[in-house]
Amino acid sequence: MKRLIRLYVNGEPHEVLVPVYRTLLDVLREELGLTGTKKGCDVGDCGACTILLNGEPVNACLVLAVEADGTQVDTIEGLAQVGEEGVRLHPLQESFLRLGAAQCGFCTPGMIMAARALLAENPSPSEEAVRFAIAGNICRCTGYTKIVQAILYAANREVM
Amino acid sequence: MRPFDYYEATSLEEAVSLLGRYDGRASILAGGTDLLVEMKEGLRAPACLVNIKRIPGLDELSYTPGEGLRIGAAVTVRQVERHPAVRQHYAGLAQAACQLGSVQVRNRATVVGNICRASPSADTAPPLIADGALVCLFGADGTRTVPLEEFFTGPGQTVLRAHEIVTELRLPDPIPHTGQVYLKHGRRLAMELATVGVAVSLTLQDEICTRVRIVLGAVAPTPIRASEAEAVLEGRSPDSTLVSMAAVKAQEASRPIDDVRSSAAYRRQMVRVLTLRALEQALTRARQEDSP
Repeated sequence: MKRLIRLYVNGEPHEVLVPVYRTLLDVLREELGLTGTKKGCDVGDCGACTILLNGEPVNACLVLAVEADGTQVDTIEGLAQVGEEGVRLHPLQESFLRLGAAQCGFCTPGMIMAARALLAENPSPSEEAVRFAIAGNICRCTGYTKIVQAILYAANREVM
Repeated sequence: MRPFDYYEATSLEEAVSLLGRYDGRASILAGGTDLLVEMKEGLRAPACLVNIKRIPGLDELSYTPGEGLRIGAAVTVRQVERHPAVRQHYAGLAQAACQLGSVQVRNRATVVGNICRASPSADTAPPLIADGALVCLFGADGTRTVPLEEFFTGPGQTVLRAHEIVTELRLPDPIPHTGQVYLKHGRRLAMELATVGVAVSLTLQDEICTRVRIVLGAVAPTPIRASEAEAVLEGRSPDSTLVSMAAVKAQEASRPIDDVRSSAAYRRQMVRVLTLRALEQALTRARQEDSP
């Protein structure tokens, strides 16, 4: 059983014919070639596949592509602005770079998307609010300290 | 995942007729945060998924003074967590909602799904029972209503009949001067299943406990009311001795098991500790409600 669905990914419309059992994660990665969204556990525990669905962070591995028909999907690929003067990184990407908040980098796209949703709702969060917002994103390298600092830095708050 | 047929029902009648047509081999898809995981892990292989999220009305989340709260089957845990009236009038439910899984999971998972899954440790069940929630069901024979307290029959088991759908939860408007609390105990603060969950809803009128509900999660095959603990306080003026006695009665009501998250002995101890804390906090909240 297949269905034709329409997705607005990072602002651009896409029409994709998908088997009903395919997840949005697999469609993003394999049909649309957007491999910035990572597949970690594939069962909603690790947060590596965090994307924004109509502005809200979700695990793309726990959404069937057919359920996303007609939605706005934002992935890590849509954050940096590409203009005539080159690529301009998003403030979260800048701060993750500056503060060394990535080691292996596998969790980073999901972390940044979860942080982006937080800052859209709460532009100057407390450290506790940051930790609460990324509770569903697992990092096995950094111990989270630099990630939390980078999110606070992007929100223009003082870094300890 | 094994391939399956997929339908987006546009009415309850259509959804129920699809369940009938597949005769036990179809699953309802709402949030999908448990269902899709179980399908990926090979624990379930439904021949058909019936998505109910496009059925008009199931997305209703509304509070009406004097009537109470309605939570439709498609309402997410995150919507409940954020709803101002839930925070104001159903504080225990709000506490439980914001401790379920991650933000990403709460944006998909539904409160009704958390109930239908019937896990003994379901976070939203204890506060919903404490608040007196009713479950509204729709089936081929029409509609019926079941108190949530009588909905669960065992781990993963409910009174839901074949080809029947939970359409919404209804919570009465809390009586004035009611304090509600949900305390969750786990090995860590987030992304955790409850080792013990305790919900209290306590109404205080002129320093007398007129209604007390103490509901325990994760310490029996279903969420349970600690009725003897409630009886210790009901009709009395609460003091620290009575609160301690009620906590001991709650501990005696629990029937926990040993599992990977905790030993039964530890769970029993924590039931007493958490019930004590939850009662103290509920009393504080009920008294705060007194002052305008």
